Amino acid sequence: MSGKSFLQKSGPLLLVAPLFLFICLFFIWPLGSVLTQSVSDNAVARLLPETAKVASSWDGQSAPAEGLQAAFVTDLRAATDEQAVGDMVRRLNSAQSGFRTLMSKTLKAVQDKPEGPIDLVALDRKWSQPQYWKAITDALSPTTDRYLLAAVDLMRNDAGEIISQPPKQTINVAIFGRTFWISATVTIFCVLLGYPYALLITVATGWKKQALLAAVLLPLWTSLLVRTAAWFILLQEQGLINSALMDLNIIADPLALIFNRTGVIIAMTHVSLPMMVLPIYSVLLTIPKNLMPAAASLGAHPLRAFVRVLLPLSFGGIAAGSLLVFMSAIGYYITPALIGGAGDQMISSFIAFHAQNSGNWGMASALGIVLLVVTIILYAVYERLATQRERSA
Amino acid sequence: MKNLFKTAAFGMFALASTALVAGQANARDLTIVGWGGVAQAAQSDVYFKPFSQKSGKPFLEESWDGGYGVLQAKMKAGSPNWDVVQVEAEELALGCADGLYEKLDWDKIGVKDEFLPEAVNECGAGVYYWSLAMGYDGDKLNDGPKNWVDFWDTTKFPGKRSLRKGAKYNLEFALLADGVKPAELYDVLSTDEGVDRAFKKLDELKPNIVWWEAGAQPVQYLASGEVSIAAVYNGRVTGINKAEGKNFKLVWPESMYAIDSWVILKGAENKDAALDFIAFASQAENQAKLPLKVDYGMPNKKAAATIPPEIDANLPTYPDNLKQAIPLNVDFWIDNSEALTARFNAWLAQ
Amino acid sequence: MQVRPIGQPYPATEKGNGVAEFRIRFDGVSKYYGQQCVVDKLRLDIEKGEFVSLLGPSGSGKTTLLMMLAGFETATEGQILVDGYRVNDVPSHKRDMGVVFQNYALFPHMSVGANVAFPLQMRGISKAEIAGRVKTALDMVQLGALSERKPSQLSGGQQQRVALARALVFEPRVVLMDEPLGALDKNLREQMQLDIRALHQRLGLTIVFVTHDQGEALTMSDRIAVFNKGKIEQIGTPRQVYDEPATRFVAEFIGETNLIAGTVEVVEATSVTIRMNGGNIVRVAGTDGLAAGQAVSVSLRPERLSLTQVSGTDASLPGNTISATVTDCVYQGDHLRVQLTGAGDASYIVRLDRRSAEPQRGAQVTAFFSPEDCKVIAS
Repeated sequence: MSGKSFLQKSGPLLLVAPLFLFICLFFIWPLGSVLTQSVSDNAVARLLPETAKVASSWDGQSAPAEGLQAAFVTDLRAATDEQAVGDMVRRLNSAQSGFRTLMSKTLKAVQDKPEGPIDLVALDRKWSQPQYWKAITDALSPTTDRYLLAAVDLMRNDAGEIISQPPKQTINVAIFGRTFWISATVTIFCVLLGYPYALLITVATGWKKQALLAAVLLPLWTSLLVRTAAWFILLQEQGLINSALMDLNIIADPLALIFNRTGVIIAMTHVSLPMMVLPIYSVLLTIPKNLMPAAASLGAHPLRAFVRVLLPLSFGGIAAGSLLVFMSAIGYYITPALIGGAGDQMISSFIAFHAQNSGNWGMASALGIVLLVVTIILYAVYERLATQRERSA
Repeated sequence: MKNLFKTAAFGMFALASTALVAGQANARDLTIVGWGGVAQAAQSDVYFKPFSQKSGKPFLEESWDGGYGVLQAKMKAGSPNWDVVQVEAEELALGCADGLYEKLDWDKIGVKDEFLPEAVNECGAGVYYWSLAMGYDGDKLNDGPKNWVDFWDTTKFPGKRSLRKGAKYNLEFALLADGVKPAELYDVLSTDEGVDRAFKKLDELKPNIVWWEAGAQPVQYLASGEVSIAAVYNGRVTGINKAEGKNFKLVWPESMYAIDSWVILKGAENKDAALDFIAFASQAENQAKLPLKVDYGMPNKKAAATIPPEIDANLPTYPDNLKQAIPLNVDFWIDNSEALTARFNAWLAQ
Repeated sequence: MQVRPIGQPYPATEKGNGVAEFRIRFDGVSKYYGQQCVVDKLRLDIEKGEFVSLLGPSGSGKTTLLMMLAGFETATEGQILVDGYRVNDVPSHKRDMGVVFQNYALFPHMSVGANVAFPLQMRGISKAEIAGRVKTALDMVQLGALSERKPSQLSGGQQQRVALARALVFEPRVVLMDEPLGALDKNLREQMQLDIRALHQRLGLTIVFVTHDQGEALTMSDRIAVFNKGKIEQIGTPRQVYDEPATRFVAEFIGETNLIAGTVEVVEATSVTIRMNGGNIVRVAGTDGLAAGQAVSVSLRPERLSLTQVSGTDASLPGNTISATVTDCVYQGDHLRVQLTGAGDASYIVRLDRRSAEPQRGAQVTAFFSPEDCKVIAS
């Protein structure tokens, strides 16, 4: 192979190689690891190989046989990596409360007596209760669907059938529903506010156009946190909006604008508005200016001309803007956290909670995966509708 | 062609090694992480700066609002970018069991005998005792609430309430408000019925609760009148009284106290300096200075003994305050935190 | 003239009513953009069934006038009357005027048939009737077979014809065309000119046609209004504006002309004698209120000049003669274009029949023309 032809062949490939590497490293790999995280469950299995061997001999009902107990003790003696043991304990405790203290007691006993059998039941009578052993034997499979099931409020019962979780324990489905509902509401408000605004920019000329465009773009260059904090100041009980309305004697008591859904919708709509205005504006720019006069000359009232001509032609912009706003709104975290009440938190804040506070990365990953899947499904539906529309139009 | 790749590979290697060397050259300064606010400001004056002067090395300070997952994430990411962290009792126990912290060399700290026994841990050294107690504005409420039954009584004391977001503390407060005796508190809470009872009691107050996450929030809410009574960190109340001349009051009976600890994250870059710092911050003469600035109790008995009585009366460790206060049961929360937190979140989001 | 009382509603369907003898009247109409005057106190009457072209360079106000008539722009002052109704405040969708735009303005998301059906739908006409009328309109422009196509699948000429069908299908009072043929190539343009002209005659349409192409205006119009700087310089039949330009601007804008400056020497009963700069004396038919000593220009169309190889003044030649030297001669297919330089460095363009002998460059020639073939313009 001559050097020249090699360069010619691989030149374009070499050019996209950095991008390809970047995508692999910062998109595909993390996504893959999130996926793995949500189903992997080897924290217990990798430390308890001996226990795993004899686990099948236990009927799961009575107190476990001595063989199982002995294997368990052997495994604990062999486990030296503190962090790995920590992971195992956390995993067991999340299946069965009480494992934390039980295990610290047991580990101490194992340390104190490096040889010979240990009577676990004498050490703590919890070891005589089958549910603790059940927690161990259930965790011996390297993969699990418990996080994914829990993400949609399901669980397996003792017989392994999938059942609903007790409603007191979890409300993930409701939170997903709320997340999509808030996002949809924000999207609709963005369309209602953004479309006329984009139209205004298209029609305006000179410095007015520049000012209108700047009004959309400037917030985009301000950090999300700053914009949200600004809304906090505006919306609070003694905030600018309430005090202005009260000074003007329009209202007697302050409106409840913060720590509720109203505030969240207002702030999120504002934050998302540029993502709606810009695509619509860019589509409106491509529509010939004389179509509306043409419709008018043909006898169409301005409103009918809008519905029959401008709206169908700018549908692509509305769809693109809605998709952008909706998809980004699904992931909102800061704005509901600062402006919303306890009943307005969206799924992201629960993902963050599991990742940051409880350290339950499996659960956080599972919620993330469910969110991703639902989003992809919604996108597929949108694509289908859009292509159908294109074909029929 | 082969040569080109060789050159490219060499170039990459050179770049990478430069970055490595540069990374090593820019060693991070000792990083100390507290909980922000008046307490960290006081710690900075009393511990951080004098220690830095003494050792001749600069330090970095950061603050956080807790969260075991944060520490876990730092450990999983490789070498942590924090050295010394002030953690709550539950985080101390969890992290120590999970091997997130370095074991402390108490011989080097050298004041084990002077410390209260519960402030000594193989992974942590006591920072201070703090209380979560009812606080209210004495200028607005003449005859304030006396206990959690009053806290729940919105006819007797109109206005909203503010509580720290989370299951911990609130389930206890709810049971106390429902008439459970402090001595039986955790026995009740250990049963399913007890948990149901606590949530049922929280239901009553739910529409009137404004939840807080950072310690500065509840005092702000009290100051702005957004809420009339709040569960607050005791140091924040006396802090705002001093700083802004407020007349906020604390209710010591049925307050709950716990101790925070210094820990060193495992594999921390400055772990020797970190241990030196902990030793410095544990000495009686240094600890004695902190309560002069912020009202938290000192684990070093020698330090506690030197505190002037008028200040001592504001500390969680003052015998009169301690008499009716309830210690947090760390073991209970280590075992039950996950299940109860999940339920609390579900309850909250409904 | 009779004007209907202001405020009486403008009916959408009434076509001609005998009240006004004209279909459209611009009555002192002005349009200002800020301080800038685009249309200046303009008066113009257009009769029913008339084809009037508004001809002028860009920026002369012709398009603005059309836009005011269509209702897309509002007049700053004056009134616009249609069939005797004041329409200044009638919104464009109620004016009942078919407009054909420069770039056709077809709705890209609708089929050809839907485009043509649009004005009928807006008028609430039944589906069955719409189908019939759309078919008739498309057949009229020979596009009956393409009604399912999208505009983007048509050629420029076809799109133009769809636009035409759409503007005519609802039988508007007036059809307004804003440089509709500008984007077409030459052959297609000429074909469309004849097609539109034929439609105009067949359907008895009133058409106001804006163009900057004088050839187009001459081909199609009953009358041409020549616009310059917001005013009408001249209005008349194609023959009038070509043969008898009223102003220097009209003479120069319409067709090619030789404009020669000079002074009136003698005014006689039916003609004037003019001394041209350079010394030649010419006689021009018509007096037009000229006075001796007045500075004027003489407009002389290149095709009205003839050449002879004989130099000097020859009494046998009819009318006026000018001695000159040939500086250039170009064969242009249908004619020969000869450039001359005469006394006083005056230059002339002459158009000769293509079968004429080609004069040599540098040859001494005499150009001659009759007094009826030139026109004096006061300068």
